[in-house]
Amino acid sequence: MHDVDTCKSTTHSGRPVLEVRRLPERAKALGMYERMLEIRKYEERIYFLFLEGTMPGTIHQSHGQEACAVGLLYDLGRDDFMVTSHRPAGHDIAKGVSIRGMFCEMYGRKAGCCQGKGGAMHTGDIAVGALPANAIVGGNVPIAAGVGLALKMRKMRNVVIAFFGDGATNEGAFHEGANAIALWGLPVILACENNLYGASTPYAKTCKVSRIADRASAYGMPSEVVDGQDVLSVNEAATRAIERARDGGGPTLLELKTYRYGGHSRSDARAYRTREEEAAWAARDPIALYRKMLLEVGGVDEAQLKALEARVEQTIEDAVSYAKASPDPAPEDALTDVYWAGGSRP
Amino acid sequence: MTVMTIAEALRSAIAEEMRRDPTVFCLGEDVSDLDGGYGGAFGVTRNLAKEFGAERILNTPISEILIAGAAVGAAMTGMHPIADLQYGDFLFCAMDQLANQAAKMSYMSGGKVKVPMVMRAPVGATTRGAQHAQSMEGFFTHVPGLKVICPSTAYDAKGLLKSAVRDENPVICFEHKLLYGNMGVRVERGGLSPVSDIPDEEYLVPLGQAAVRREGRDITVVANLLMAHRAMEAASELEKEGVSCEVIDPRTLIPFDYEAVIHSLEKTSRLLIVHEDTYTNGWGAQLAAYVAEHAIYMLDAPVARVATYDVPIPFAPVMENFVVPSMGRITEAARQLLRA
Repeated sequence: MHDVDTCKSTTHSGRPVLEVRRLPERAKALGMYERMLEIRKYEERIYFLFLEGTMPGTIHQSHGQEACAVGLLYDLGRDDFMVTSHRPAGHDIAKGVSIRGMFCEMYGRKAGCCQGKGGAMHTGDIAVGALPANAIVGGNVPIAAGVGLALKMRKMRNVVIAFFGDGATNEGAFHEGANAIALWGLPVILACENNLYGASTPYAKTCKVSRIADRASAYGMPSEVVDGQDVLSVNEAATRAIERARDGGGPTLLELKTYRYGGHSRSDARAYRTREEEAAWAARDPIALYRKMLLEVGGVDEAQLKALEARVEQTIEDAVSYAKASPDPAPEDALTDVYWAGGSRP
Repeated sequence: MTVMTIAEALRSAIAEEMRRDPTVFCLGEDVSDLDGGYGGAFGVTRNLAKEFGAERILNTPISEILIAGAAVGAAMTGMHPIADLQYGDFLFCAMDQLANQAAKMSYMSGGKVKVPMVMRAPVGATTRGAQHAQSMEGFFTHVPGLKVICPSTAYDAKGLLKSAVRDENPVICFEHKLLYGNMGVRVERGGLSPVSDIPDEEYLVPLGQAAVRREGRDITVVANLLMAHRAMEAASELEKEGVSCEVIDPRTLIPFDYEAVIHSLEKTSRLLIVHEDTYTNGWGAQLAAYVAEHAIYMLDAPVARVATYDVPIPFAPVMENFVVPSMGRITEAARQLLRA
């Protein structure tokens, strides 16, 4: 098991990655902060609404992992694809799925990003390149292979990022997908968010290979271990992987060392981990770390950040109000979209 | 007109669709015949790699989850894959990708995503033992979001496969190993070689339309794939006894042409269902239930079913022939139905 002190970024060979502490240009530097904060506030509000008892379904939350989502997805365009897992909200928001559409989906509304047919584990919007989130662990890796294959066959410079957890790397689907992705040199970034636990089971009790990044060598694929609490480290690793993929250099496996603040799902009391461990990770909170950096070396002052933070609160507030007032689908809407409504091609 | 076997007709369908649409491609184990490869386990994709190249007739690792999953991913993002599993039995390796992914993407996304893919899968007992033998169409008729076709003639094989490639939904195409035909590379012992005159001009066979293979007055026999041919033999045999059978080949199981069956029952009032899928919850169970719900007063006798017994397919030919419906079992069931 990794603790918070050992999650510094290293390359596949184990060498530390050259620390680059230069912030990106201002719009991006602040944009990444805003996106991370949107995810945090979204997840906090979801948790509240859930406890309040007004929201149906289940939740698999991603707060604590915001730097992974934003660092990887911030630079992608709408024509780049993302396939994620049962813990999708951070990735969807970072990819540009409407926050209104997300809240509406959580409430099972007609205006949800999946019209109420998907729910918490299937959010997405192909209009912004976010394919439906996948609640079968590892099931999205072969799908990413197919998306990568489509991009390569169509000679496009786009990429696809597949997000999954440490647990998914023990799935056969991961192995079959990763092997083919490497074999065919597909423009795929396999982004493993290693948050230490598959539900309640520590990763270390599920696999003899302690560094998930090391598994890449079995497929002939480059990999990096990345500090998943540091959005700049993630973004730098993402840039390397994305550029390689766009240039036809094939896939990369990124092991992002991170931590989910919440339990696995709604009923998880987190008895398998200590409060001390949680506090140690909270001390390296990705949003707090980045905020400090923006103030210290980013030339941003407190007032600017406060204004941005107020704007994010307003975005969330607006989306929640919208979702609460939004109409339910008709029950009979359940009978449509089983088959594609557009018929067959001419 | 060209006389073709089913294998040739399927190949012709694939080639035509690949010529008209650059987003159509094949992937699967050993689908290419470049460098001494097979061109498909049963030769269906032979010669295609020479025309379309190794990228569009794409050999894969032995990774069924990958084959199905890559088809799903490619289909969602603009391609029209025709995936190939060497034996239908291997579909079970890829069940998640078919039942949880392919079938549900359109629905879960609220209709924003489509998955226009075809999964081809050979079925049928052919003395290869229990894991290269099953007819598991019934499984896939139980997954809303999938379509299921099962051509039994070369004409239908070409027309249905072309329709499946153009369909915007995932379609599973079941092909019978004993029906591919004896002009292929791999001649199956005991196989039939149904050939059709294939028109030179393009044609499609729409999904959801049954074919009346033989008109008759006394019994409606509904049978698919190899059993459609056995039912035709049985009908010829029964004709000698003065029994007139109407034989209907459903051709597609999802969507199912119930109307064709009920229309026939208006005339015959007796229904015999024959399939190589196993008895319990085979697709015939659904047809029988549907007829009971919607047309029971048309019937002069209980619905009869002849299906593979509920056992794994045994190897020994004497046992295999026993468990899979024979012409004798079909004719006997028909005679009992007339006595009922």
